[in-house]
Amino acid sequence: MKILALDTTSGACSVALHCDGHTSEQFVRAERDHTRRILPMIDQVLGEAGVSLSQLDALAVGRGPGSFTGLRIAISCTQGLAFAADKPVLPVSSLAALAAGVRREQPHWDAAPIVAALDARMQQVYWGVYTADAPNASLWPEAVQDPQQMAQRLAQSSLPTPVYGAGAGWHYPELAQVPVAEVLVEAEIHARDIAELALPLWQSGAAVAAEDLEPLYLRDEVAWQKRQKIRSK
Amino acid sequence: MRVLGIETSCDETGVAIYDTGKGLLGHALFSQVDLHAEYGGVVPELASRDHVRKLLPLVREVMRRTDTHPRDLDGIAYTAGPGLVGALMVGACAGRALAYGWGLPAVAVHHMEGHLLAPMLEERPPSFPFVALLVSGGHTQLVDVRGLGDYRLMGESLDDAAGEAFDKAAKMLDLDYPGGPRLAALAEKGDPERFTFPRPMTDRPGLDFSFSGLKTYTLTTVRQYAQADGLPDEQTCADIAAAFQEAVVDTLVIKCRRAIRVSGHKTLVVAGGVSANKLLRTRLESRLREERAGVYYPRHEFCTDNGAMIAYAGCLRLQAGERSGLAVEVRPRWPMMELDGSLS
Ligand SMILES: Nc1ncnc2c1ncn2[C@@H]1O[C@H](COP(=O)(O)OP(=O)(O)O)[C@@H](O)[C@H]1O
Ligand SMILES: [Mg+2]
Repeated sequence: MKILALDTTSGACSVALHCDGHTSEQFVRAERDHTRRILPMIDQVLGEAGVSLSQLDALAVGRGPGSFTGLRIAISCTQGLAFAADKPVLPVSSLAALAAGVRREQPHWDAAPIVAALDARMQQVYWGVYTADAPNASLWPEAVQDPQQMAQRLAQSSLPTPVYGAGAGWHYPELAQVPVAEVLVEAEIHARDIAELALPLWQSGAAVAAEDLEPLYLRDEVAWQKRQKIRSK
Repeated sequence: MRVLGIETSCDETGVAIYDTGKGLLGHALFSQVDLHAEYGGVVPELASRDHVRKLLPLVREVMRRTDTHPRDLDGIAYTAGPGLVGALMVGACAGRALAYGWGLPAVAVHHMEGHLLAPMLEERPPSFPFVALLVSGGHTQLVDVRGLGDYRLMGESLDDAAGEAFDKAAKMLDLDYPGGPRLAALAEKGDPERFTFPRPMTDRPGLDFSFSGLKTYTLTTVRQYAQADGLPDEQTCADIAAAFQEAVVDTLVIKCRRAIRVSGHKTLVVAGGVSANKLLRTRLESRLREERAGVYYPRHEFCTDNGAMIAYAGCLRLQAGERSGLAVEVRPRWPMMELDGSLS
């Protein structure tokens, strides 16, 4: 099984190749430099493994939520590569990947639920809850909400303890009272986890054609800002 | 050489295939005008989202219609600027990734250079050197074009671009977005002699333009004749539109004549959205005949954004040996005069 995975949903840019049980990855903190970094990283990851696009079974991509402009970079690259190589695509939740990453790095968190939260700006968070049994699916729908709403929802829930937290969304002071065993605010999204999460998705037949790949923005109703003047000299 | 061109810099998704032997093989365009109309302007985030949905289906359609197999292609051209950053990124990343996936060279194209070269897609194409009038929503420039990439600015608008002025005047007359073509249509029903609007900067030497004074004059006239609903009667609106259009067109024509004389070239190329304006075309043709200069413009559908002009401009640059590497760069602001003329 060979899967090339890309992610640009956050400040980081990462590319991973899952190749018959072994995964290699390139990861950089790319702040606003994703477009320049991603294709050379792909070229390097494939080159080092001696794998060509045509040998892949599928591509996987962080489909969001995250920075709108940022996540479209990996989405557009994936679309171009998958269309050219005629390969299917596995869209993976960036929140699920965030949770899977900390579970990988924190073995003592074991199979406990992880509440992954990303800063959605405008005083809101993107968030979801992931367990070891169903790492791709949040226990309830991924949402964009005020931190207070998130705190309330968690207070009402009957999650088995302990519960852990991960991601920059946890920086909001409103979340300080949420009873979590531990929080890793600085946890980041890695393409290697996108690749890992893509494997069960592949088994369950969740692959889509490049043309049907859609980002998951979560935030769809903002007071959209229009522009009259697009190009000036 | 056969090149696939991709344009996503604003609110149109355009894809085309140009072949040096056979010319333009095919092109497809998806316009987002309806998507943005309810906002009265382009919403950048919605534009980017729609490019993601439309780009690949258009690529597939153009490849199918032109019976082009990936192995028939020799390169991919994508618009890298100027334009909306998020929208540019979609076409640039997908285009560059497609090229990588197919093992083809790629080239980043300047959107305005695409416009500038669009008349060369026509049956009787102009040849270098020429004077180009670039008139769009963001540009009003006179450029001395000696060859591919060899561009010297002769004059430009010091404030509003001509298309922008059209759009703003349209707004004053309560016309829907996009206003420019609607104002031109309304002007056809008006009497161009009832009002005489100023022709800014035409009494002075030089090739620069200014349209903001004309805008103020238009607003003053609209207010002067306004009725209870804030607008003049229908006929007066049409007369104002006609006077406005006359003034803009006259100004552009005067400067074009002057630019032709100064440059010594015998060819004028007009490109950009406003080049679709009918009055501008007829006036330029008759007045430049007096200078024994020929006027060239793109066919109507290639006046505004499209993939054909990007495929063509990209093809010329690929032929000249230009290549864009795997590091994709988009430039929302990118002065055309910074382009490299050493290729031509
Ligand atoms: N028939 C017309 N008469 C006058 N202006 C027009 C006409 N058709 C389009 N325009 C103007 O052209 C501009 C759009 O051209 P375009 O090349 O897409 O500009 P840009 O890409 O710089 O925004 C708009 O300002 C529009 O009002
Ligand atoms: Mg344009």
